[in-house]
Amino acid sequence: MLASAFYPTPLKLTIAVAPILRVEHLTKVYDNRVRALDDVSFDVNRGEFLAVIGLSGSGKSTLLRCINRLVEPTSGRVLLDGTDVTGANDAELRRARRRIGMVFQHFNLVHRSSVLTNVLAGRLGYVNPIWSLIDRFPKDDIAKAHVQLERVGLADKADDRADDLSGGQQQRVGIARALMQDPDVILADEPVASLDPVLAHSIMRHLDEINRTDGVTVLCSLHFLDLVHEYADRVIALNEGKLMFDGLPAEIDDEKFKDIYGKEAQRVG
Amino acid sequence: MPRFTHSLLTGLIVVIIVVIYAYGFSVTQVNLDELDSPDRQQSLTRILRALARPNFFEFDQEEVAVETPVWVPCPSGEPPAPSVAPASGPYMTVTPACGDPNSEVTVEGFGFAPNSSGPLNFIPPSGVSLQIGRIETDGGGHFLTTVELRDRPNAEAQMLRAITRTNVGGPHLSQNGRDTIDKIIETVFMALLATTLGTLLAIPISFFAAQNLMRTVTSPVPSVALSIILAPAGVWLGARFAGVVQEMTALLAAQPLFSLGGLLAAGAVAWLGLRLALPGAGEEEERGDNSLIRIVSGAVMAVAVLAGAYFLADLLEAAGVWLATRLGLFDFVGDFVADIGGIIRLLLPVVCALIGAGLFLGVAGSLGQWIAERFTPATGKIVNLILGALAGAVLLILLGLGVGWLYQITNWRSIILWPGVIGGILGLGVAALTPYNASLPTGYVVYTVTRTILNALRSVEALIMVIVFAVWVGIGPFAGVLALGLHTVAALAKLYSEQVESIMEGPLEAILATGANRLQMIVYAVIPQIIPPYISFTMYRWDINVRMSTIIGFAGGGGIGFLLQQNINLLNYRSASAQILAIAIVVSLMDYLSSALRQRTL
Ligand SMILES: Nc1ncnc2c1ncn2[C@@H]1O[C@H](COP(=O)(O)OP(=O)(O)OP(=O)(O)O)[C@@H](O)[C@H]1O
Ligand SMILES: [Mg+2]
Repeated sequence: MLASAFYPTPLKLTIAVAPILRVEHLTKVYDNRVRALDDVSFDVNRGEFLAVIGLSGSGKSTLLRCINRLVEPTSGRVLLDGTDVTGANDAELRRARRRIGMVFQHFNLVHRSSVLTNVLAGRLGYVNPIWSLIDRFPKDDIAKAHVQLERVGLADKADDRADDLSGGQQQRVGIARALMQDPDVILADEPVASLDPVLAHSIMRHLDEINRTDGVTVLCSLHFLDLVHEYADRVIALNEGKLMFDGLPAEIDDEKFKDIYGKEAQRVG
Repeated sequence: MPRFTHSLLTGLIVVIIVVIYAYGFSVTQVNLDELDSPDRQQSLTRILRALARPNFFEFDQEEVAVETPVWVPCPSGEPPAPSVAPASGPYMTVTPACGDPNSEVTVEGFGFAPNSSGPLNFIPPSGVSLQIGRIETDGGGHFLTTVELRDRPNAEAQMLRAITRTNVGGPHLSQNGRDTIDKIIETVFMALLATTLGTLLAIPISFFAAQNLMRTVTSPVPSVALSIILAPAGVWLGARFAGVVQEMTALLAAQPLFSLGGLLAAGAVAWLGLRLALPGAGEEEERGDNSLIRIVSGAVMAVAVLAGAYFLADLLEAAGVWLATRLGLFDFVGDFVADIGGIIRLLLPVVCALIGAGLFLGVAGSLGQWIAERFTPATGKIVNLILGALAGAVLLILLGLGVGWLYQITNWRSIILWPGVIGGILGLGVAALTPYNASLPTGYVVYTVTRTILNALRSVEALIMVIVFAVWVGIGPFAGVLALGLHTVAALAKLYSEQVESIMEGPLEAILATGANRLQMIVYAVIPQIIPPYISFTMYRWDINVRMSTIIGFAGGGGIGFLLQQNINLLNYRSASAQILAIAIVVSLMDYLSSALRQRTL
């Protein structure tokens, strides 16, 4: 908020002093002995747009899911704004999660529920749990949900069933749901991989706009380098669970590219 | 060589199959001679003919008796005048009008009901009627037959009497038809109640039997131990609490007006308590600020709700009795209202015990979590050992008490002391072997136990369960409802839980990622996904229950099966046929209905 007040567009203030997110020696070994993350450490600065790249199976999804502990890390620490997420108990974890919005490749909307209910679900970490069980939300939250739907251009779809929307529209509902959390950080796991290129840009622009005007830090895993160049402030790259690269998008030269994607890879983007 | 072993193996398999079927024929007593024997075929014909004429309708019948005099032997004077045709109605003539004993006479009838039949009787002055033949009239109501007079010589005129029965009016339901309709309605409602009861219970149980929901639930060692120790206390306290409140409300139950007042007062208090305990739908309060007020108001609210429920039960029972005396034909509605009151009263202690257990489990969970987090490994281990020993002791003492009750053992040493000691040692051992900060797969254990119980229940047919229930609540439809309901719970909970297991994981992840708790996840991500399959499985079960309820009467469960069995045992095949027909019609109708409804929900 502060950043946008002082610097309307396109300048961005990223504060390097206290990172909003710090990942320390994160390792994840799945039950089937696959080492999906191997001693990964990096910081994310407040207000940054960080892209996560890597081949399929390199551990991008695992990394993002370890941050809000949808996947339980095997070892290492995740610090959100200085508080330890990995050591949090149930209640603390829920408090941490409500500050971390998440956007998914397959949108993960509840199909048979209305768009409005899907968006309101973003408030579940805040509202009184007992009232929420009988589908009662505070008036403010309902008003807020309409505002967010308006923001992603779906004001007229509030009462539609979620599965009646197109893919691009569903992803925008997903973004509105994440915004309802008043997040400090949004984790976006290949948010555009199931969409065509035109829609992909529209979704990326929404994330970009949220990043700039609301100062929300975005961690976004991406497949295409051109999207990385266009939207990301910084890139980290994974290969077989190891951190191979951490720097500016422009720094990915052919050498680095081969490190990240392997010797045979052809550069297209 | 492999070729040779291959053929050898094939030959062996063929031999084994032949032996299996041969043995099957012998134990099932396949006997083709029986199929062929004329006696059996006659029985078959008889039963098929009876079945083809279901006893549903009957006619009112009118008996018409026509008499004409006859002399045996002929009187000595002039021969008797032949009878004359009356102006109207049926009459018959005898020629000759007198004869020696055992001589033949011709009897001719006119103006009878067409195509009717009946006996022709000889009535001596003693009045005893002796059948000497049968008459069958043609389309014009005429008959002609020759009969032999009986050897009952008498000077007086004796009588020949022809009796014909004719249907009058249209066909109407026979007694059997009426019973069949009564019972088939009872049957359908048995299926309805059993399905409702089963569905209501199966829905919550299905969540515990779903692996994907339960797998992720784990608890630290102290939580598990404390849960085992505290849950029985919660059950006991909950039930006790219900008992105390019931005694309090019973003081006012004599006067329905007092009950009404109590209900209103309790409702008001409960609403106030709700306001205080839950500060609106807004922000979740930070812990600690006014939690004392919330706990106190929560407790007051609990008492008020419970008292209100008891008042409601009293009121419903009073209202039901009042209604039943006033509604005449619809008095069953009054009975129903009173029964609802009774059901509430019956369920309240159970519900309270469950809530008590739930509350104590919650407390045990958080307390255990707190212990697991606060203590150093060494202290933690010691606490675990103590709690483990206690939990083991409690578990085995409960088991001991159960066994003691079942086998009527009263010796306290063998049902309390020894189980306690052994349980304590076992618990100590388990706690010693588990790392102090291990998280135990409680969810998986609950899942496995639930599944096992469901599988065991499901393998016992409702037709067998009803035998136990018939002993408990008496032979009749209520026993049938309970047995079918129980079987429905087991069957549906399994089908439901399989649906839960096959839902999309994505929305669950998304809801959890917002900071929602498990219950919120279930309400927002699981339930919307499972509604259509739940409806469709309920319909499917309804189908099965209709079928089952038609035969559950064979084992004492009431409904049409009861009637059918009686008629078969009494060899009333025509009556049984009506019931079989009714079953066929109703089952196929329900089948059609439910499949039509199922189509709609998908
Ligand atoms: N639940 C799981 N159990 C076992 N192994 C898993 C699980 N999830 C992922 N893996 C494995 O971990 C590795 C990393 O997977 P991950 O999904 O994080 O990769 P990714 O970079 O997101 O790939 P993609 O681009 O295809 O989404 C893969 O080898 C995958 O097979
Ligand atoms: Mg992925």
